[in-house]
Amino acid sequence: MTSTRAGQQELALETREISKHFGAVRAVDELSLVIPRQGTTSIVGPNGSGKSTLVNLLSGVLPLDGGMVIIDGQGLRVVKAHETPDHGLTRTFQEVRLFDQITVWDNIMVVLTERRLFPSLFERAKPSTRQKAQAILEQVGMWDKRDSLAQDLSYGQRKLVEIGRALAMNVNTYLMDEPFAGLFPQMIERVKDIMKQMRADGHTIVFISHNMEIVRELSDRIIVLDSGTLLAAGEVEPVLNSEEVIEAYLGA
Amino acid sequence: MPFDTQRIGELAGLMRNPGELARHTRRNIEFWASLLILGWAIAFMFWQGAGFAVIIGTVFAIWAILSVSLNLVVGFTGLLSVGHIGFFGIGAYTMAILTSDPAYEQLRTEAIPTFGWPFFAVLPICAVLAGLAAILVGVVFNRFRDDIFVLASFGFAIIAFNVFLNLRPVTRGAFGIHEIARPQVGGWYFDGELEFLLLCLVFLAVVMLISWFIVSSSFGRVLTAIREDEQAIEVFGYRATQYKLAVWVISAMMAGIAGGLFASWTTFIDPNSFILLESVLLVSIVILGGLATIWGSLLGAMAFVLLEEGMRFIPFLPTEYIGQARQVVLGILLVLLMLFRPQGLVGRYRL
Repeated sequence: MTSTRAGQQELALETREISKHFGAVRAVDELSLVIPRQGTTSIVGPNGSGKSTLVNLLSGVLPLDGGMVIIDGQGLRVVKAHETPDHGLTRTFQEVRLFDQITVWDNIMVVLTERRLFPSLFERAKPSTRQKAQAILEQVGMWDKRDSLAQDLSYGQRKLVEIGRALAMNVNTYLMDEPFAGLFPQMIERVKDIMKQMRADGHTIVFISHNMEIVRELSDRIIVLDSGTLLAAGEVEPVLNSEEVIEAYLGA
Repeated sequence: MPFDTQRIGELAGLMRNPGELARHTRRNIEFWASLLILGWAIAFMFWQGAGFAVIIGTVFAIWAILSVSLNLVVGFTGLLSVGHIGFFGIGAYTMAILTSDPAYEQLRTEAIPTFGWPFFAVLPICAVLAGLAAILVGVVFNRFRDDIFVLASFGFAIIAFNVFLNLRPVTRGAFGIHEIARPQVGGWYFDGELEFLLLCLVFLAVVMLISWFIVSSSFGRVLTAIREDEQAIEVFGYRATQYKLAVWVISAMMAGIAGGLFASWTTFIDPNSFILLESVLLVSIVILGGLATIWGSLLGAMAFVLLEEGMRFIPFLPTEYIGQARQVVLGILLVLLMLFRPQGLVGRYRL
């Protein structure tokens, strides 16, 4: 299933006519798009345009109904969630999904430890792993909260821990489903700073947002979805100023 | 965490300040619950005398092995299984059949296969057979979660009971198997109840040690993550089904050991020891003690056995009502506990 094509190295992600139906609703409808390596790509679109479904398909949380996803030059008709880190991909969730009844510390540690079943039985927290977890928690400003249960944090703090958990994966590509939704301005600045740092470190960021100011500030490229199809893609300003995008957003 | 160094440090600090210690402990229900049950156990021993205490101790040790092992599945991994008694039964029947004495069995109607193997050779087989059954069941059960998993495990408990009852060429059905051998090493028999209690306590200690080793490892942390959000942990590169299967099999093997000990201790088993009610009581013990704590399961088993056996001696109750009264009191206590302390005696987590 591996396809080798010229120019693949520039692409972090590609989809070819992928579809996802929920009953009669075509949440994602034969969608083809490319996401280049490095830099920040934003996905925008009205509610129900298939943004979250797209992220769920790319991360293997939902199975594909059709089409193919190409991650890191590898063509996949079935994306297995547990293999996405091997493809250099991780994500955050729209409705924050932390491991609620364990501590913030363990929420970070759990993605840093051994993936193989048998060796993990004999692994205790190594000093190097602890240092990594501490660095991550300090980066997202949650070091003071390390001993709290994840469920006892405020919404904004939970978002930060979730971003920290994704950072701890240390992969190439980060899919972030509405990282700014429901945050107050101070937190938004913090998340922005973290994302700018990630971009500067050479990671690929794909994020969903409804906030056009933030989209303009952070994005190198933009993808606009409507009814599960690609409406427009490219540089931010030309796309946002194009007639069809304005029409889709204003519903004119 | 059973050995929480930070907490021990905290407590050591409190020791130096009596006033603060008193305030701290007053708030600390866990501490008082532990103290109450341990005190109760000790008082009970003095009240009933050593002979009875030894018997109760053995019952406790077997229930404790079961509850500690079930807590790995229910408390740490979040799989609410009401079928654990099935693995206990497999262990018990393995012990009964493989140790059975040909000379004695020939005297009985409905001959079952006899082997006459020694106790200590059979005990590992109890664990292995329970584990094999767990693999078969677990591969199917891995598809289920939450309420569907409960129903499926309920089905397993019923199937196991009916196999014990109806596989008469092997289990002798409702007649049960008698004269199950006590352990023997060389010329030394574990005839005495005290020796058997010590044997059970050794196995309890081993089971607790293995459980602690598991839950304090990276593996254990993944189990708790599976309990919280199975789909999310998959996204981070773990195959949740493998972890669930592994802990399910380990837990079943421990239950198999408990079954082997139980069969040898009572020297008689029939299918009635492995009914669904026992399984539900077992889940109650785990919840009563506290989910995801090894110490809690120990306390839960102790409280349960003390309640069960202690109420035998309620002075003002006519003997014919005692059996039912025990069940009622136990039921009421569980309801009260769920009302006022849903996380169990020493637990921090909820289902």
